[in-house]
Amino acid sequence: MIEIDAITKCYDGQPAVDAVSMTVESGTITAIVGTSGSGKTTLLRMINRLVEPSSGEVRINGQSTREEKPHLLRRRIGYAIQGHGLFPHQTVARNIGTVPRLLGWSKDKVRERVDELLRLFSMEPEEFRDRYPAELSGGQQQRVGVARALASRPDLLLMDEPFGALDPIIRTRAQEDLRQIQQKLGSTIMLVTHDMEEAIRLGDRVAVMDGGKLVQYGTPAEIIAEPASDFVAHMVGDVERPLRLLSLLPLGDLVEEGEAEGEPLPAEASLREALSACLWNGKQAVPVERDGKVVGRVTLDAIRARAGHHG
Amino acid sequence: MKWGAILRLVLVLLLLALVLRPGWFTPVFAPLAPAGGPVIYQRSSLLSLSLSHLGLVAAASGAATLIAVTLAVLVTRPAGTAFRPLSRTITNMGQTFPPVAVLALAVPALGFGAGPTLVALFLYGLLPIFENAMTALSTLPPATIEAARGIGLNRWQRLTRVELPLAFPVILAGIRLSVVIALGTATIGSTVAARTLGEVIIAGLLTNNTAFVLQGGLIVGLFAVLIYDALSQLESRVSRRLGR
Repeated sequence: MIEIDAITKCYDGQPAVDAVSMTVESGTITAIVGTSGSGKTTLLRMINRLVEPSSGEVRINGQSTREEKPHLLRRRIGYAIQGHGLFPHQTVARNIGTVPRLLGWSKDKVRERVDELLRLFSMEPEEFRDRYPAELSGGQQQRVGVARALASRPDLLLMDEPFGALDPIIRTRAQEDLRQIQQKLGSTIMLVTHDMEEAIRLGDRVAVMDGGKLVQYGTPAEIIAEPASDFVAHMVGDVERPLRLLSLLPLGDLVEEGEAEGEPLPAEASLREALSACLWNGKQAVPVERDGKVVGRVTLDAIRARAGHHG
Repeated sequence: MKWGAILRLVLVLLLLALVLRPGWFTPVFAPLAPAGGPVIYQRSSLLSLSLSHLGLVAAASGAATLIAVTLAVLVTRPAGTAFRPLSRTITNMGQTFPPVAVLALAVPALGFGAGPTLVALFLYGLLPIFENAMTALSTLPPATIEAARGIGLNRWQRLTRVELPLAFPVILAGIRLSVVIALGTATIGSTVAARTLGEVIIAGLLTNNTAFVLQGGLIVGLFAVLIYDALSQLESRVSRRLGR
């Protein structure tokens, strides 16, 4: 558990982050979202003390981050940034193994861990281990950057706009991969983004920052359905709110008996996809399948009712 | 590429022949020597002069590299930024002061011989290395440095494992420049009795013997070209690895 307790950072008397408190449960993804200058990156950088807080403190599993030398603290906290920040003069394997080596792991253990991570990110170790970062694609560089951040099995992974430098298609894939890997490893992740869509897609909880203050902290559904202020509503995008809400809800919830024509959708798909399928095919309902068997349908009326019935 | 390699080999062989078997070139230089005068310099062996010349350059450039890089590292740390203008002025002065003047001024203090030459070459070599090292260290990719800090490298580890290796190609370019300047400048060391290839040139000038002048000049020139080329090769190999 990560406890952030009234943490503040002032530059020349002006608070960049103003008494922010929040608690992050282990094994979850928390997305910190805000416009530029909202203090979101400063907040993140205070957690691993790249920025020293002016007041307040951060506790990781009950232990204050002040009790340790900053560089030792950072070895326990993964850190991945926009534009990956890989060491261009070192191979992929050396890049990923950086922190384990600093921690004094044996050579064999480091090599094993590197291969394990490369496989986890679907990069064949034999093929990629000895390459240099310049020889990789943008998506691969980003994955190696995240693998490096995860290498020593940190208590917490901090990510600052990790997908910011990727083009939209690769970005979506990288987000899905991150979600999967997080679920597999049970990591605790805090990530900063300016993109509400990304925050909603990835976050178990979303923290919205504005002018150095935490203006709302809740589940994506709460943020969409009950924005705490006009600013949050604006960030979510007033026009797209119903669609964003639907994208969070699985089809499974609204399945009813009955027939429908067309290609069935899996029960885990979102209502947004079902709505899209209805509109596109001009149908009133879509069939739903579970484990390859059609189990019923979801009607356009039901989706409409659910979207109007928020909160 | 292929032609470059052949040319390089030819130049190396030519240089080796000039230094080890100067007698072979008697027919080439004979027309340039004064009637009845010696054609090939024989007061001391060209090999020992070459080695002593290269040794002086290596020692001076080595010391200049050490000092210039250390200075550049210090002034690129947050605590040393204030000293940046001062250190620039000092290294610039080293470059502005003509080597001949340094030689002249150093002789009373250090006596005749290799000492004054070493000082002059050292001072003269500081600036290119310092400027390059400072530029390289202050223009490193910010994301990489940020990441190095963020994943827990301490200052020393960041310097030795990330900053210096990344700055290396540019520092190497400075060293190359400095070495080549030093190779040429070392010849004037012979005016204060340092054993360099300048001895051959000066002997030629004093006795109106163009053959001597040409021999000395040719050997120094070939050393400069080949060392410049070797360091360039090394540099591009290192940079390629960095993906630049």
